[in-house]
Amino acid sequence: MTDLTRKTADELAQSLAAGDVSSVEVTQALVDRIGAVDGEIHAYLHVDAEGALASAADVDARRAKGEQLSYLAGVPIAVKDVLATKGVPTTCGSKILEGWIPPYDATVTARIKAAGLPILGKTNMDEFAMGSSTEHSAYGPTRNPWDTTRIPGGSGGGSAAAVAAFEAPLAIGTDTGGSIRQPGALTGTVGVKPTYGGVSRYGLVAMASSLDQAGPVTRTVLDAALLHELIAGHDPMDSTSIPDAVPPVVAAARRADVQGLRIGIVKELGGEGFQPGVQTRFDEAVALLTAAGAEVVEVSIPSLEYALGAYYLVMPSEASSNLAKFDAMRYGVRVPPAGVDDPSAEQVMASSREAGFGDEVKRRIILGTYALSSGYYDAYYGSAQKVRTILSRDFAKAFADVDVLVSPTSPTTAYPLGEKLDDPLAMYLGDVATIPANLVGIPGLSLPVGLADEDGLPVGLQFLAPQKADDRLYNAAAALERMLEEKWGGALLSRAPELEVAR
Amino acid sequence: MSAATETLVPFDEAISRYDPVMGLEIHIELNTATKMFCGCPTEFGAEPNTQVCPVCLALPGALPVVNAKAVESAIRMGLALNCSIAEWCRFARKNYFYPDMPKNFQTSQYDEPIAFDGHVDVEVDGETYRIEIERAHMEEDTGKALHVGGSTGRIHGADFSLVDYNRAGIPLIEIVTRTIEVPAEKAPAVARAYVSYVRDLIGGLGVSDVRMDQGSLRADVNLSLKPKGSDVLGTRSETKNVNSFRSVERAVRYEISRHAGILDAGGKVVQETRHFQEDSGTTLPGREKSDADDYRYFPEPDLAPVSPSREWVEQLRSTLPEPPAVRRARLQADWGFSDLDMRDTIGAGALDLIVETVEAGTTPQAAKKWWLGEMARRANESGQDIDALGITPQQVAEIQALIDAGRINDKLARSVFDGVIAGEGTAEEVVVSRKLEVVSDDGALGAAVDRAIEGDPDAAQKVRDGNLGVAGALIGAVMKEMRGQADAGRVRELILEKLTS
Repeated sequence: MTDLTRKTADELAQSLAAGDVSSVEVTQALVDRIGAVDGEIHAYLHVDAEGALASAADVDARRAKGEQLSYLAGVPIAVKDVLATKGVPTTCGSKILEGWIPPYDATVTARIKAAGLPILGKTNMDEFAMGSSTEHSAYGPTRNPWDTTRIPGGSGGGSAAAVAAFEAPLAIGTDTGGSIRQPGALTGTVGVKPTYGGVSRYGLVAMASSLDQAGPVTRTVLDAALLHELIAGHDPMDSTSIPDAVPPVVAAARRADVQGLRIGIVKELGGEGFQPGVQTRFDEAVALLTAAGAEVVEVSIPSLEYALGAYYLVMPSEASSNLAKFDAMRYGVRVPPAGVDDPSAEQVMASSREAGFGDEVKRRIILGTYALSSGYYDAYYGSAQKVRTILSRDFAKAFADVDVLVSPTSPTTAYPLGEKLDDPLAMYLGDVATIPANLVGIPGLSLPVGLADEDGLPVGLQFLAPQKADDRLYNAAAALERMLEEKWGGALLSRAPELEVAR
Repeated sequence: MSAATETLVPFDEAISRYDPVMGLEIHIELNTATKMFCGCPTEFGAEPNTQVCPVCLALPGALPVVNAKAVESAIRMGLALNCSIAEWCRFARKNYFYPDMPKNFQTSQYDEPIAFDGHVDVEVDGETYRIEIERAHMEEDTGKALHVGGSTGRIHGADFSLVDYNRAGIPLIEIVTRTIEVPAEKAPAVARAYVSYVRDLIGGLGVSDVRMDQGSLRADVNLSLKPKGSDVLGTRSETKNVNSFRSVERAVRYEISRHAGILDAGGKVVQETRHFQEDSGTTLPGREKSDADDYRYFPEPDLAPVSPSREWVEQLRSTLPEPPAVRRARLQADWGFSDLDMRDTIGAGALDLIVETVEAGTTPQAAKKWWLGEMARRANESGQDIDALGITPQQVAEIQALIDAGRINDKLARSVFDGVIAGEGTAEEVVVSRKLEVVSDDGALGAAVDRAIEGDPDAAQKVRDGNLGVAGALIGAVMKEMRGQADAGRVRELILEKLTS
């Protein structure tokens, strides 16, 4: 039998439905793979082999009884450690939540469980999703399966690496400024940020409430669409959740036809500042789309130059308030102040936060507190909100002329661990192409489009579509994916180096 | 600093030189079945931390959802306060740290309240005063810190503190007045009348229990003084959580005296929160409140804006109960009360109590007699509000029914009130257990009458001679012997039978 860990979710679903393989076999194969390679990759913070196998056995039993199951029932999945999982540790990559076991499930987690997908474990991430490299995890960095001396991208590096290293066919990520798409690009996986409000945020530990969005991390566009359809849809527990029907993403991924599709290349997201190898692969992909009958034009979104600035005001502002709940009163670690006999509540809060939060988190709390403070609110937070409004208008204008927009997902390929740790501003630039979608609430998808010539590392292309038109992304990306695989003679990830398997 | 070190200027003297400028904030807990942003129950007095969930405990990832019933209550309240209702409004986060606040921000409304620009007219001594309402906004209550050990129940001296989050997330409406400037001598009474009026108004809507003793209605009194003839506002103090109408009036009086004392001495009033002391009628300093307080308000990104449709607002307007003034006029006519009776009734806070007593089957006159007489006296003696005495309109009606049935008299009824308030059971049970029933049995009464006639032969003779007025002395003797439990009418008949037939 072929290696079960290398099958896509769609292939596994078909095999499971046909009775060729059991969910327990698939789950066990992945648990074994995790045991073999995760020491090197560190994609997982917590592996729940027991829970996953029990859930797999349950699905197998239900299938044997002839129960009607969801399409992906029995296909294992990994979940970013920022989503609450009942009875399974959830740390958000932070010391402050070390050992916390949620008494409830996030809506996404609940839907995954209800659909019968065994949850393999919780994946590594930058602390509270702050960072673009997964080096800011309090539990140590994740390594890129393509080159373990390099970062996998962030903040969802764990989810992307788990999928790229064949430690899971599917994963859930969350994307506040690019945390699904940027690691997707850097690890050669497909990453989707749905329309804001398309997937419930209930149980997603918030970094920035108006920007956060959970979404799929997979190896193929169709797999992403299948997972998207499973987790999306209105949730009365999240008042920002969209009440409309989920866009027909699976049908769009199967259609995969760009004939007559109008595609806009965002002038401001490319060229100078983008690594030559990234730009080359991007240009080739655009040529393929043109050859397949898409109409490609260059569009300008002038307000994009303010997007990064606006993002780094809105995001820390909301984060500073969202993280205030971590005060050692109800859950998480409590660290009494050293050398104080009779500490006050304030002193205990302060010392616990001092010990529990890492540097990047503290940096953003301070930035946000400052940006919201009276006297600075209008100049910072207020202005940033105005930029969002202008940016939305500019995107709307662009989408009046084209169906989707494209750009490289990340300006560079994966860089070496440690390279940008001491230069937060340089690291923030890595999200320049992904951030605008979060500010505007539109969906984005990153598709692997090859390896950069200079370093042989994956390059991603980002599709953007108007709000609630997520299906357009899947249609265009699936078409491009099909052309690229024909050209390569197989999946890009099959070219990833074999990892040294621990015995 | 304690109250003892304050130099107080007597109230009358203070208002001869200064005019008070007041602002009142009233917090009202809504009586919705569930909390403002989650489905937890809101029952008062439950075991600590039994009415909590991931949302109101602010567990990581949990999200709020607005309680539509609370929005409806807020709109009805805004309409009753003659406010405009916002077509679109949002919640905001008020950020600060406190252990009883799970998220360390309070979800409130800041510059976009649901109701604004209203007014109410209150009456004091026959004069009407218009109180302008700046806004009424929605927010959530915090939890409650319980300080264990130490004698005062306050944080100082406590061994440890516990937090009960049952109250966290209960919907609140905060009603904020514009500056209230009324003749100085009327200020305390106007403040009281306003809070009382709002209590009646909101109580009539049925959206809150408006129980000051249970904290479902809490008043904050902001007060400053300005020298007579001056336009310059003084520094204000904010007396928090005053929990009875009487205390509102006393707090205003006290703060006027205290501010005047500071200003007379050439001092500067400190901008701070104060705590009203029920026992002494004074206020003590709480947290110093400076302009440096920075709540870092910003629109709550986890909640969709609230935009009540105009149709809904108009529909809610059409369901408002009659306004208190109209209701009072109607009740006065129904009951046949004089203007003075009505004013006394309202002044005593007894209007609804009388309504309910009448509904329970008592005549308006009898209901008024008990509430404005006996109950008002008891309230006054114990320094409580009349509705906090521990006796309900139904109980008063039961006691009056016993009187009407001739089983007790007015005098015995006072003992029945004592027993009912002391929790000895129903009126009926108290009458039995305290042996209060009126004696109308001729055998027992006849013997007592005979003894009274023997004991006062002079009086007996006068009655025989036709001076019937003197019979009262003999009746009194019988009543005394029977500890008030004799049926006075029957006693009189027996005396007259024995002496004049």
